[in-house]
Amino acid sequence: MASIASNPKSTTNQREILNKVFITSIALFVLLFFMAPLGYMFTTAIKSDSQMSDPDAPPWWPHSPETFTYQGEELPLVEVPLEDGTRELAIVNKTRTESSFIDPQNPEAGEIQWEGNWRTLTPVYSPDAQWQNFRTAWEELNVPLLLRNTLIIAVFGTLGAVGSSVFVAYGFARFNFRGKNVLFMILIASIILPIQATLIPTFILFSRIGWTNTFLPLIVPHYFANAYNVFLLRQYFLQIPRELDEAAMIDGANPLRTLISVIIPQSVPALTAVSLFHFFFAWNDFFAPLVYLVARPELWPLSVGLQKFNALYGRQPNLIQTGALITLVIPVVIFFLAQRVFMQGIVFTGVEK
Amino acid sequence: MTTVDQTSPKPVAIPKKKQYQGLQREQAKWGWIFISPWVIGFLVFTLVPVIATLVFSFTNYNPVQPDNTQFIGVQNFLRMFQDAKVGKSLQVTITYALLAMPISFIFGLLLASLVNSVFLVGQHYFRTLYYMTSMIPVVAAGVIWAGVANTQTGWINLALEAIGIKGPDWLNSVVWIYPLLVMIGLWGLGNLMLTMLAGMQGVPNEIYEASMIDGANGLQRYWHITLPLITPVIFYNLTLMLIGIFKYFDMAYVLKNGTGEPNDATLFYALNFYKNSFEYNLMGYGSALAWGLFIIVLVLTALLFWSQSRWVYYAGEGRG
Repeated sequence: MASIASNPKSTTNQREILNKVFITSIALFVLLFFMAPLGYMFTTAIKSDSQMSDPDAPPWWPHSPETFTYQGEELPLVEVPLEDGTRELAIVNKTRTESSFIDPQNPEAGEIQWEGNWRTLTPVYSPDAQWQNFRTAWEELNVPLLLRNTLIIAVFGTLGAVGSSVFVAYGFARFNFRGKNVLFMILIASIILPIQATLIPTFILFSRIGWTNTFLPLIVPHYFANAYNVFLLRQYFLQIPRELDEAAMIDGANPLRTLISVIIPQSVPALTAVSLFHFFFAWNDFFAPLVYLVARPELWPLSVGLQKFNALYGRQPNLIQTGALITLVIPVVIFFLAQRVFMQGIVFTGVEK
Repeated sequence: MTTVDQTSPKPVAIPKKKQYQGLQREQAKWGWIFISPWVIGFLVFTLVPVIATLVFSFTNYNPVQPDNTQFIGVQNFLRMFQDAKVGKSLQVTITYALLAMPISFIFGLLLASLVNSVFLVGQHYFRTLYYMTSMIPVVAAGVIWAGVANTQTGWINLALEAIGIKGPDWLNSVVWIYPLLVMIGLWGLGNLMLTMLAGMQGVPNEIYEASMIDGANGLQRYWHITLPLITPVIFYNLTLMLIGIFKYFDMAYVLKNGTGEPNDATLFYALNFYKNSFEYNLMGYGSALAWGLFIIVLVLTALLFWSQSRWVYYAGEGRG
């Protein structure tokens, strides 16, 4: 029987396994750092208020001080250093110099005396998740209202952004007219234009026509297409064989009909990607709602609501983390469900340039 | 331009030509109909406002007293050059850019290389999970990181304490706030990672094979083949990131509630613009700041495009 070392094929295999273990370990290590803040968020979200302000409490996981009910009273449990080792006892009487305790394991044995300041003793904690924080944060943040506002802005904005971009992309992909290339260059160049350069006149316009403090400034401008969406959709439309259009035209379809019956059914992945882009953009958008809705809390989306909650309730970091969890769960779940299409869309926009 | 082929004397040529022109006109008509939403939107929400911003920048417009608006010449621009807050905001923005850009690119490149490695078990899961943090809404990310960086209960300092280091007060230190912002930025590297990954996957295998025959090792291949061939992707991301940093607002606002603290260390250019325009209602001055931002972004983009021929490698011709 040949030894393993002398078999070159198995050496390669061993090296490959070693490489796999090495690379995958690095990836897991990096992932740990990526996910750690989410771990903080989750554990903090279910901590009690008292734990947040208690410097002695174990920091990593939700804990509460343990108590023991003795003769109808709830007594705190502490770790008491006695001659025969540290024991967990319930405080009955406490003074600065001497305190008496009862052993929860053996309450009949009577009180145990201990000399020293009771304040130096560490309380006993036990894991205790405050699941009701979700309900508290849900109510204090007024999540149903924030969610409703966010959904209105995101859904109507997405409809407009996708619909208009499909039209414009189709125009650029399938028709020839003078100035088309220049217009397309302008469209792409508009990506670098900072929103600040147009914001003040747009704000004044919207306030003159009474649109500030409404959802309209956050929805209507998206009905006029945008560069990223048009770029992605146009690239996609260009890949659809022209013969399909021509066949429809010969059957008497006008360009609008062709768009609806030929192009759109062929472009479901690109349309999904573009819809997701806008939906996430709207869900995420903080600046525009801050500018247009800051005076109307009843119209705030989640982004502004959570920021204001954070600024006001700095003393309840646990509820803030609960709020963050509520805010991120919908985009993250949608992302997991649609990740393939979504990530392809990102690559399509970024690489095909 | 309408001088079409006249050599053919046959009368049938005329209706054909007319038919062709008719088709062309039909094409143009539909083309314009379809792109009209963008054309209208561009005029109403981009071109006219950009020009109007320039006009406003020569006034003292204040939405509280719109009737007192006067043209004040270049005063707003002169003020910009003397305003210590503008200088500070530029310093803050540039400091962050110098710190964030190299770190983000190196880290993004490493992530892309990692998830591109043939030795990585479960590639697809890692790609999805690394990307996932980019989906977290900016305000949620802000409050999460503010918690993580908390000196008492935050995990960063707890972890540092566990290895015997006393962590800094990230959120209230004029020095440590920048590393914190850079760390937070790493959570949003998904797009960079994915586009670089796609660039790497687009490198033709034959090139690698040829280099292996020439005896190049892994590092040499990476340096001399992979990197040069993905420079177009790097260029694309560099442009977007640079523009993004000059528009950087949300995270600075969320972490310090828009105050610019500590000691104006988070007073980014875009935050200073927002405060002047919407908190102090100095919209004339704000317009000048907006144009300043626009010009900075234009110049930086132009410089990047100009530098392109020196370091960006485009396979084939007519690309970019």
